[in-house]
Formats: sequence, structure tokens, C-alpha cells
Amino acid sequence: MSQGIGAAVKRKEDKRFTTGKGKYTDDIRMENQAYAAFVRSPHAHARVNSIDTSAAEAMDGVIAILNGAELTGDGIGNIICGWAITSKDGSPMNMGAWSALATEKTRYVGDAVAIVIAETNAQARAAAEAVEIDYEELPVAASLAAALADGAPQIHENAPGNIVYDWEIGENDATEAALADAAHITEMDITNNRLSPNPMEPRSAVAIYDDAEDHYTLYTTSQNPHVARLVLSAFYNVAPEHKLRVIAPDVGGGFGSKIYIYPEEIACLWASMKTNRSVKWTSDRTEAFLTDAHGRDHVTKARMGFDQDGRIVGFKVSTKANFGAYMSLFSSAVPTYLYATLLSGTYNIPNIYCEVLGVYTNTVPVDAYRGAGRPEASYLVERMIETAARELGKDPADLRNINFIREFPHQTPVIMNYDSGDFEGNMRQAMVAADWAGFGARKAESAMRGKLRGIGMSCYIEACGIAPSAAVGSLGAGVGLWESAEVRMNPVGTIEVLTGSHSHGQGHETTFAQVVADRFGVPIDTVQIVHGDTDKVQFGMGTYGSRSGPVGMSAIVKALDKLEVKIRKLAAHLLEASEADIVIEDGQVKVDGTNKVLAWHEVGLAAYTGHNLPEGMEPGLKEGAFYDPLNFTFPMGCFICEVEVDPQTGKTEILKFVASDDFGTIINPTIVEGQVHGGIAQGVGQAMLEEVRYSEDGQQLSASYMDYAMPRADDLPDFDVLHHSTPCTTNPLGMKGCGEAGAIGTPPAVINAITDAIGNNDLSMPATPAKVWAALNSAKVAAE
Amino acid sequence: MSEIKMTVNGKPVGGDVADNMLLVEFIRETLRLTGTHVGCDTSQCGACVVHVDGKAVKSCTMLAAAADGAEVTTIEGVANGGLHPMQKAFNDNHGLQCGFCTPGMIMSGIDMVNRYKAEGKTLDEAAIRHELEGNICRCTGYHNIVKSISQAAGEM
Repeated sequence: MSQGIGAAVKRKEDKRFTTGKGKYTDDIRMENQAYAAFVRSPHAHARVNSIDTSAAEAMDGVIAILNGAELTGDGIGNIICGWAITSKDGSPMNMGAWSALATEKTRYVGDAVAIVIAETNAQARAAAEAVEIDYEELPVAASLAAALADGAPQIHENAPGNIVYDWEIGENDATEAALADAAHITEMDITNNRLSPNPMEPRSAVAIYDDAEDHYTLYTTSQNPHVARLVLSAFYNVAPEHKLRVIAPDVGGGFGSKIYIYPEEIACLWASMKTNRSVKWTSDRTEAFLTDAHGRDHVTKARMGFDQDGRIVGFKVSTKANFGAYMSLFSSAVPTYLYATLLSGTYNIPNIYCEVLGVYTNTVPVDAYRGAGRPEASYLVERMIETAARELGKDPADLRNINFIREFPHQTPVIMNYDSGDFEGNMRQAMVAADWAGFGARKAESAMRGKLRGIGMSCYIEACGIAPSAAVGSLGAGVGLWESAEVRMNPVGTIEVLTGSHSHGQGHETTFAQVVADRFGVPIDTVQIVHGDTDKVQFGMGTYGSRSGPVGMSAIVKALDKLEVKIRKLAAHLLEASEADIVIEDGQVKVDGTNKVLAWHEVGLAAYTGHNLPEGMEPGLKEGAFYDPLNFTFPMGCFICEVEVDPQTGKTEILKFVASDDFGTIINPTIVEGQVHGGIAQGVGQAMLEEVRYSEDGQQLSASYMDYAMPRADDLPDFDVLHHSTPCTTNPLGMKGCGEAGAIGTPPAVINAITDAIGNNDLSMPATPAKVWAALNSAKVAAE
Repeated sequence: MSEIKMTVNGKPVGGDVADNMLLVEFIRETLRLTGTHVGCDTSQCGACVVHVDGKAVKSCTMLAAAADGAEVTTIEGVANGGLHPMQKAFNDNHGLQCGFCTPGMIMSGIDMVNRYKAEGKTLDEAAIRHELEGNICRCTGYHNIVKSISQAAGEM
């Protein structure tokens, strides 16, 4: 059976995870290890007048208690935001300082003020409780509305009115003119609810300082250890890069929240040097809610205009985005270049204008969470077009269909240039699988049982494979977004692939090996994927934005290309044949049309013995490559959700969920479908269950699994996942990426279905039973 | 401090433990069996499920001292060489991604299959979803976890 591209092989990495042998950061214990606990602000906005550590320092096991003044005094730099956004008026964004340990003020509940190092975890936590801080409470702005109100408290001095930026994209005048001439305008106010990413493994760090070498090692729960090392070195001044090794071992999910370098990792590294001890910190779940970057939290006003035939003529969007108390690493790019650039959806829209106000509030920093900007765009576009269909009395599939983009490449008015896709083909496939045509009969059957049945779709598109370095650089990105790979063939013929991508559930150890197996016909068991260690892999940009396939694997392909050139040259020499006649298949090197053959290990051995190489060839078989993408990739698809609502309770049950996706080339369908399942579950979570809520004074009301509704198994149906692929035209394997699609396409499909069932379009996420019941009954009251 | 003795994965273990030490801490930190995970602090997530005297228990809800005399099985001890059918089923059905919830899922899965078998009940997919109330996974959307447990139920 083939193990190459397209084969549904079982995962190589599963054995260690199913037998309890996975090695996560919290499983690591060093000799001489001490434990860290953080003293965190209980107030959302407060001045720190004084810190009294005397009682805590006297407690059992306490080694040191360190604060922000000492941290900044040692030259540790402020936490950066890596993407500079320019406002409408040309001014740079207003970024307030973020110290790993707050010095003068705390700006959200959970803001770290001091770090306690003790012999045991329990001692560190007990001492943290005993640190006495004199806080002067300040007025709080815990929501967009509160932060933008007249006389709102000023969270950062250099961000007047709490505004980080006031950004725009597209042509306002042309869009207004198009809307003025429109035959119909659909207008909506839409909120995208705030979420907590919640990977099941809480963040953790083990910082190890070696005073003899003046060298640091950090084990951490990171999606991108090289980026962590880069910012820890270049911006936070912890140590120069050659004196800092970052290792992200097995990581238990990320979903964006483990991209960022948080205060805790910085403080643990610094404390390790200060105390000359290895320092471990592991978040508990409450801390995770209080400190892991949140996602979404947009409030939007939008108008979409249609001509008499139902063609979209213009789309104007005004969005307010909540950034929380500080600008996290990629936060500024999420509601701008990862959101507004996708507002054309899958449709021909000649005129688009979007303005975005980025706002500070006294809440946890907000950054990229699975989909990052694209779920917000997809939700907006797909709710708008569904609503327009209802207002115009048109079939929602027909209205989408007459607006679909059909010719590629397609340049949207908002930067993106779509390379490929078959939007109608995916929609038709999903409609057949969902038995769209038979819905009326099913609805009638539900009605007989006193239930309300609804159906809804979304035809999402997103941008992955982030991204051409020069392009993102011109838009303000502080890093290049290429990926690197190195392929080493050993003397015995086994192969090691060193990649800058990082697997934290995506199955790279299997899929990346499949790419090698496909190229040379070697078994995947002879290919080892090495990742997650800055001492082993030279550099990498990591895994987020569904980039491991389109960017990470493209780098591997480039390195394989170089390796193959050398293997062919060597084999031609050894077999006394022309390079053009060399064929590599089934793990053998052959001369076409002859019985001359080299076993795979013979090639390796010849390269490393160096006894008989072609003139001028270096010994060894090792090639590296950096791949810089030519364009974003554009996964797209159609999701259809069918629900039944109990009008007595407002409880919604998802009866059927169909996803038909175009991910381009698929390496392993089982793994791709698994990614879609998980994405849909998080999308259903956003649509029906999950929301981070704050009280007016900035206390997080949803900071545990007793309060934040994580999707459980019986909240979800089986998913029907289909593919209808058109290869991406801009990378060597034709891959588009699949990691985020589920979370992007699902929320509008679910809400379109529930609003269809209850006959009231005025419903916000999460559509809890209480909200659905209220919407249903207000619609009834309005009808009466 | 309390002196405790118990059997973990067939081996006698024991020692003096703090009275507030949780069973999961004893397993992870004292015995260094790190396959049992901690994913929350409110006994919701199920990453720490082990078997105590043959029954699934969230080891974060039990004091180590309360397990004195018990027979405890962790993920490291479910198979006698090779893989338990439940472990194999998770691999066969792609029932795991990041792997963090997986030990708890497998321990809960084995327990539910054993209970349904003992009671002569059918463990269908709806029952599996209901039984998984106490185990949270963020990666898989549960689709393939349900398939995994279903397969193992037929093989155990």
C-alpha cells in the first residue's frame, strides 16, 4: 500500500500518546528545580503603590520574590507587537508599554506583578498569596462600549481615548456611491463573541540557567520555538540567540494561543538566572483563562448593496476590535490584514470599504485564535448574504450562486488575489450530501412533533499559508513568513527531516514523512521528523495560520529537490549511466530500461564513504531550503448545518452537519478530516456555547470549565466531511491548508440554521437555549 | 503526613504523603508516571482519569491518602505488553491529535466498555457521547474518539 501523498496512513506518533509516554513540558523535571508562582492583580485597573514581600519571604521554601522594577532594572525589554499598523491619517499605532511584570499599573485581572520562586509548587503558591500589594483601584473599562464612552478611563497614556489605531482599507467613496445606487441594502449589527482558545494542555515553562556557560534553555509550550528565541533575544534581552536554546517538546494543542511569548516565560528565564536554579511554572486552568490570549471580540456595523438581479454592488463595514489591555504579538494584524482582506468572501464584490477601530480595554490581551480574523469575516459575509436572501425572498443558494467568483486568478478590492477554486461545485456537493432538496419534508416531520427544524449554509473562503515575506513586510509585519527545512539522508539510507514547522496535534511526524515516501518510495518508518528544538533546527517560523502544509511542506519539497539532484548525479556516476536515465522509485535507484540498480542504502553509503564520487562532488547527503510563499493560499468550502429547536426550552440540537472543502492537494485524508472535525467543534462552540464574559469592573465571570461552556461529545453530531479540490497554483504540492477551515465556516452555518428554524434573524452568538427561546418568543410577540 | 501503601500498575508503592496531596500529584510527581495529565482545576476535563479498584476515577478529585490500600491502574499500566484494544482503536481511528486528553479518554473508554458489558447493555454511539460528559477534548471534535471507543467495545 502506498504511503505517499493521498494515503490515509495511521499516525506514527500515536504510540507514545496512547501509552502515556508523550513528553510535555510539565512532565520535565530538572535537577535543582525550583517552582514559580505569580502574584497577579485582582483588580482590572489599579495603581501599584507598594509591594510588601516581608511575610512571604519568611515562609518555608521561599528562594526569591522578584518584581517588575528589578526586571526592568536588569534591562529586560517590554513585550512587543510584531505588526505595525498605520491609521487612516498616516499615524503609527498607539502602543502602550507591556512589562512582563507590571511596574506602576495593572491593567487587567491576572496582570502579573511579581514572581515567587520556592522549593515546591505548593510553597511558591502559598507565598504568592502572602505577598501584600497596596493597590489604588482605578476606574475600569472592561468592554468596547465602556472604553469608547465619553470620559472613559485612560488605560495607556499614549493611546488617547483608548484607541490603538483607526485603520481603513478599500475605497469609501466608490463603495458609498455603489450603495447609493443599490436596489436593495441589507444592514446588520453583528457581534463576534469573545472566546478563550483552551488547548487542553495548560501553558508551562521550564527555564534552565547554566552559569558556567552563561547559557539558557527554555522548555516551553510553543507553536514556534524559533520565534520565541528571536523575540526573547532581540527584544526582551534575556540572552543573545546563541546563548538561548528553546525547546517545544510535545505540545498539547495551541489554536493560536501558544504562538505568543508571554510574561511567564520571560520572567522564568530571568528568575532562573537571578536564583541560579532551574525554574518551572505550569499554568492551572484558571490562570489560563486569566492570561492566555483570547480571540475574536468584534462589534460591526455593515451594509451590503444589491442590484435588481441580486448581484452585490458594494459592501461597507465598520468594525470595533477589542485588543484587551496590551497589544499581543500578532494582535494588530488580526482585525486588519487577516480580517478585512477576506470581506469579499467567495463573491464578486466590486466595491468594498472597511474601517477598523482597535481599542484597549481592561481585559486579557486578544490575539489570533484558530482562524484569526477570518472567522469574523466569514461570519459577517455569510450572515449578510443569508439575511439578504431572506429579505429579497430569494433562495440562499441561488443568491450565493449568482454572486460566486468563477474566473481565476481573481483580484478582490481588498488586496487578496484568489488563485483557484470551484465555489459552486463545493456548494452543490454539500447540498446533495445534506439532502437540501428534501429539507421541506423533514421540516414538516419535525413540526408534527412540535419541533422547529432549520437549515443554513455558509460558503466560506479564507487565506492561509501566510505569507510572502515581502508582501507582509510592506504591510507592516516585523518578520518574514517563509519556512525552512533540511533533509539529511544517513549512510544506511534512513532520512531525517528537520523542519521549522511545529506539530502540536497536526500529525507532522506522519504527513511530512509521507511527502518523503512519495518522492523516493521509501517506507515512512525510515523517515524521522525533527522539530521543536532551536539547537537542532536552524530556524523556522512555526505553525499557525494553516501554514505547515502550504509553507512548511513546500520547504521540504525544495530541500528534497536539491537532494534528489545530488542522488541522481551520484547514481549516474556509480551506475555509469546518464542522469536523465536515472529513475528513483520504491526506494531504489535504477537506470531506465536496464537491470542496473542501486539499493537505497548503497546510495547513502557511497555518499558517506566518499570512495567513488563524481569529480568535484562533496561527500554526504544533506540539503536545506528556505521557502518563501508566492501568495496566500485560499481554502474554501461550503458547510451546511441542519438543526432542530425545541420551542419549549430553546434547546437546539444539530441533526446533520456537512462540510465540503477545497484544500487543494491532500497528503493524508484521515488527518485532514480530523482537522476539520476539530475546527467544526470549535465553530459550534462559538456559535452555541462559548463566551468569555466580564463584569463591568473587569472580573472574568467565565474563568473555569464550570462557567465556560466547552463543547462536550454530546453537544455535537457526527460530521459528514467531503472534499472537492482544485490544486493551489502557487506552491509545489498544490496545498491550501486545512487547520482553521472548520472554525471559520461553521459559526455562520449554525446561526443561519437556527435563525431559519425560529423565524427570527435577530440572534447573537452564542445561541444558548435562553437566547434562542427569547428570540423565538419575541418573534412570536412581534407576529401577534 | 500519612503513610500509604497501594498497588500501582501491579507494583507495590507507598511512602509518607502530605495530607493534602492529591492522587494525581502522587502519581505524577512521586511515582513520576506522567501519562496521567492535569488539564483543569475543577474536575471537569478528565485528563487525569485512572482506575482505582477497577473503576474510573478523576485522580484530581481524590486524596493520595484516600487511595491507601487501593489498586490503581494508570495509562502506563493498561496493557500487558503491546497495546490494549482501546489504545489500538485510538490509533486505528485517528482518535487523538495533540494527545493530551488521550490517556484520560482511554481510561474512561475502557471503564465504560467494562461497565456496559457487565450490565449487559449496548454501548452505542449515543451512549458513548453521553458517557464522555466528563472528558473534554479540544482537538478532535470527538467524532473519531466515539469511533475509537466503539471499535474497542467490539474487541474487548
